[in-house]
Amino acid sequence: MADEDVVLLDFWPSPFGMRVRIALAEKEIKYEYKEEDLRNKSDLLLKMNPIHKKIPVLIHNGKPVCESLVHVQYIDEIWPHKSPLLPTDPYQRAIARFWGDFVDKKIYGLESRKVWSTKGEEQEAAKKEFIECLKLLEGELGNKAYFGGENLGYVDVVLVPFYSWFYAYEKCGNFSIETECPKLIAWAKRCMEKDSVSKSLPDQDKIYDYVLHLKKVFGIE
Amino acid sequence: MGEEVKLFGYWASPYSYRAELALKLKGVSYEYINEDIFGNKSDLLLKYNPVHKKVPVLLHNGKPIVESLVILEYIEETWKHNPYLPQDPYDKATARFWIKFIDEKCFPTLWLAAWSAENEREKVTNEACEYLKTLESALNGKKFFGGETIGMVDIVASSVGYFIRVTQEIMGINLLSADKFPQLFQWSEDFANCSIVKESLPPRDKLLPFVKGLIAKYQQDNAKA
Repeated sequence: MADEDVVLLDFWPSPFGMRVRIALAEKEIKYEYKEEDLRNKSDLLLKMNPIHKKIPVLIHNGKPVCESLVHVQYIDEIWPHKSPLLPTDPYQRAIARFWGDFVDKKIYGLESRKVWSTKGEEQEAAKKEFIECLKLLEGELGNKAYFGGENLGYVDVVLVPFYSWFYAYEKCGNFSIETECPKLIAWAKRCMEKDSVSKSLPDQDKIYDYVLHLKKVFGIE
Repeated sequence: MGEEVKLFGYWASPYSYRAELALKLKGVSYEYINEDIFGNKSDLLLKYNPVHKKVPVLLHNGKPIVESLVILEYIEETWKHNPYLPQDPYDKATARFWIKFIDEKCFPTLWLAAWSAENEREKVTNEACEYLKTLESALNGKKFFGGETIGMVDIVASSVGYFIRVTQEIMGINLLSADKFPQLFQWSEDFANCSIVKESLPPRDKLLPFVKGLIAKYQQDNAKA
């Protein structure tokens, strides 16, 4: 496996990109990280993801893979020997995939964005739903150290990048996620003790600055 | 095998249909339970899918699996004969990419094009045509997305190839037409003509009035909004 060519086209605040960074780090795969300027997308990005023109794109030995949930499964299947992310039992895999899909729809989805991009009643409704979804995830975590059990698994990799965005959400929404979901925050901090996670997530202050910049660009108060 | 397999579904749901087709392709015997999703969802459905409260739900030896794509992956991994996903990880990743494209872009936009108001329809229709063009490129001269035989992408694309075609008929629009998208149109014919597909698709004469009613309701709700 020594001469594999792995390139990641990414954008530093993207939680989708962070998932791929964490998965590659867990598998101890060396790769070339290429930062994309989304206002001026590179020819490589447009060639490798012509349909969506989005990051992250994983280029493995010249062949592109797109969509972050697809990436995590692909990385797990190509490099199965270290840090398996999905369990072997089909039913446990189905549970992991279900929660991965839930995270994508409910935490990373358009509705949750309203927590920072709106005000008043709309924002309050978005906050309420956001917290409800986090609580459901807390329920799934239960007393386990990680969603994957003793070690990081698929759901941990899929969800934890969002932790870097929590501070921005709290400031914009004027609430404390830790007060509402202490177990989930404890889980996130536990994940951050791992290099594969802490080195893949940007600093939360930088994310907050980025969100403020987005609000300015979109003319949001 | 003494396996107990049950499927909670709805006869007109394209999502439900995927799960049924997958079980049939694997030759798995199952008990089908039709849920009254527009009226009264059963206690069992709410028990097995408390988060989304939707069909389909697959129950295997008492354990529930939920979300149509999760169900399809589960069926593939549990009953390994007649595989409908490629073995090679890269080809598998490609299949999963197309599945996501169909579910997140193609199908929702086509459905929107069917019932949106006149003034919005053109924009949505143009977008839908772009997606159909892209989807057609995935066929790349093959009979099915899965190659010589039906694969997981074909199973998921049934929502476009059959359900959307029925919807188009009602609305008198012809997006997925033989002259605009010859390869994709041919695929939808070949797919619907497979015996295993034919025997499990909801019949057109029942589906037509049902979708008509659904569209009327969507238009009504949208007019109120």
